[in-house]
Amino acid sequence: MNTNLIGLITGILFGMIMQRARVIRYDKQINVLLFKDMTILKFMLSAIAVGMVGVYVLKDFGVVKLALKPAILGAVMLGGFVFGAGWALVGYCPATSMGALGEGRVDAFWGIAGMVLGAGIFSHVYPLLKKTILTWGDFGKITIPQVLHLHHWIVIPVVIAGIVVSVILFEKRGQAR
Amino acid sequence: MKKMAALNPYIGGALAGLLAVASVWITGKFFGASTTFVRAAGFIEKFFNPTMVAGMDYYIKEEPKIEWQWMFVCGVLVGSFLISIVTKSFAIKAVPDVWKERFGVGAVKRALVAFCGGVIAMFGARLADGCPSGHGLSGMMQLAVSSLIAMAFFFAGGIVVARLLYAQRRPR
Repeated sequence: MNTNLIGLITGILFGMIMQRARVIRYDKQINVLLFKDMTILKFMLSAIAVGMVGVYVLKDFGVVKLALKPAILGAVMLGGFVFGAGWALVGYCPATSMGALGEGRVDAFWGIAGMVLGAGIFSHVYPLLKKTILTWGDFGKITIPQVLHLHHWIVIPVVIAGIVVSVILFEKRGQAR
Repeated sequence: MKKMAALNPYIGGALAGLLAVASVWITGKFFGASTTFVRAAGFIEKFFNPTMVAGMDYYIKEEPKIEWQWMFVCGVLVGSFLISIVTKSFAIKAVPDVWKERFGVGAVKRALVAFCGGVIAMFGARLADGCPSGHGLSGMMQLAVSSLIAMAFFFAGGIVVARLLYAQRRPR
């Protein structure tokens, strides 16, 4: 089967899962940032726990290769913060904006239009950024196990334990209300 | 038909995780979304000025073309549309509920803020080289250092601005 078709099917399934879990909604995205509703964080942490095990098992069998993004501290920190600021305004991230439009949320259309413009602006200032922010503190494509000098099967159970503890805390807090 | 309850977020997340692993296994592709917006901008600019686009570094790096991620992002829209119709949760809405409570029913105001937020968010996502899909899910699954930092700063920026927007007015 052709890769583009698989991409479409994967996207359709991902859109269905996100819509059913209601994580594509503005209200959910704003409320996680206001600590009022942890649905999105629960969804993400669960996906990370499952995905991490799957990806590293497949990697150990030599079936998949990691595709890491470089840890350029300046760019990731600044870009991350700027993304977050915009995210709180638009109330959707790039993937969820498409899902929100799919379930009829018209405001997501304007968010998407803005995102296309933002990507265009970035493309025009890229030559300048490449010489400045995109060189600030470049540690390359590194993983947490590499930095800690620990085997990934030592790090993974610790991360999962951290996720389980966070989940228990969320649920306790939820019940207290 | 009675309205269906939401899917439990842990189950939804686990399904998304399995789907992500299957995707990497079958096609070698990790989830991501923001690069597609660069390609979309490239397509639009190419329509007006193909020579300029052909010479721009970032559009050479992320060439305007339809590929796996483009189809994936379109799929998210289609999937959400289909399931919202089936479960009768599709609703044309220009102003989200939480926004309405705080800023009123004005659809133009909401559209303007969504547009500006979109510009800022995407600029930041390209600078950080990813969004909550590419860094938040895919990068975290690979235990990437860049993604852990990106996630922390996504939330830091988001929490600061969300608090400013939704700050409670002090009682007088």
